[in-house]
Amino acid sequence: MEQKKQNGKLVALRAAFPHTIPILTSFLVLGMAYGVLMSSKGYGPLWSGFVSAFAFCGSMQYAAITLLTAAFDPLGAFLLSFMVNARHLFYGISLLKKYRGLGMLRPFLIYTMCDETFSVVATVDPPEEVDRGWFYFFISLLDWVYWVTGTVLGGVAGSLIMFNTAGMDFALTAMFVVLFLEQMLQPARRRAGIMGLACTVAALAVFGAERMVIPAMMLILVVLLLGGRKHETE
Amino acid sequence: MRLNDMQTLWMVVAVAAATMLTRFLPFVLFPEGKKLPPFVDRLSELLPPAMMGLLVVYCLRNVNFLSGSYGLPEGIAVAVTAALHLWRRNTLLSIGIGTVVYMLLVQQVFV
Repeated sequence: MEQKKQNGKLVALRAAFPHTIPILTSFLVLGMAYGVLMSSKGYGPLWSGFVSAFAFCGSMQYAAITLLTAAFDPLGAFLLSFMVNARHLFYGISLLKKYRGLGMLRPFLIYTMCDETFSVVATVDPPEEVDRGWFYFFISLLDWVYWVTGTVLGGVAGSLIMFNTAGMDFALTAMFVVLFLEQMLQPARRRAGIMGLACTVAALAVFGAERMVIPAMMLILVVLLLGGRKHETE
Repeated sequence: MRLNDMQTLWMVVAVAAATMLTRFLPFVLFPEGKKLPPFVDRLSELLPPAMMGLLVVYCLRNVNFLSGSYGLPEGIAVAVTAALHLWRRNTLLSIGIGTVVYMLLVQQVFV
């Protein structure tokens, strides 16, 4: 029994890993860039690793560098972080059912839920022979480890990189494009996908690149709820 | 000048606390074992595709189509990724080739 359980974890790790490869490459590159930036502001690899492991919020960690070199304002940092990361609220709603019944793994899955982990977990189903909980666990764990490792490496050896990594972070964009396409190929999900895309483009056009996310989320919420209701009465 | 260590720690705690609030709130509001309100149930089905649409646009939000390279590297690389994916349906291949194409474009062509 115990043997079977161990194998189950290994099988889940093997099934999960390929889905995280694009995240591995881009998190190492983006994480190292973060570590280098932190170092340049006087925060060594230990600080980078600590912030990454504890707060684990990619783009907000970049924004926080600016805050760490300005006046001491934790309340401002709290409010900004909440707004920047508000999209997690929708990820959580999306995963309420997938993360049911996973016991002790659940808090860790929620703690480490980021754009990239969400995009894989929400769109990929584990193969039938693989334990669902451990599959999700390894995707979350690997992504978290990649990010923490990348930022520490950046702090230690960022200046030693020998090849030009410019553009490597496009792996994330490409991954989102592919996972979006996979949604588009499912007729039942196509409408919601197109609505999400269109609402976000509209929010970008009206509010600009810096303030688009929350208006986009509001718009998506309204359109999806109204659209759904209309569909039912048809 | 950066903040001192104690101030930094408080700032990191503030960032982490707000981030974790955004992550845990839905799961606290709609706990396991309780039936989801119908509109939340519906949202949980519709939000994944919609948020994938949001993430694609979000990644490209700083692309300028009116000057510089006119968004060509991004446009070409996204088109290559999508076309390759529709042709072969191989996720890693689409992402890998798309990324290499983008790196070549920004490092060699549009410099």
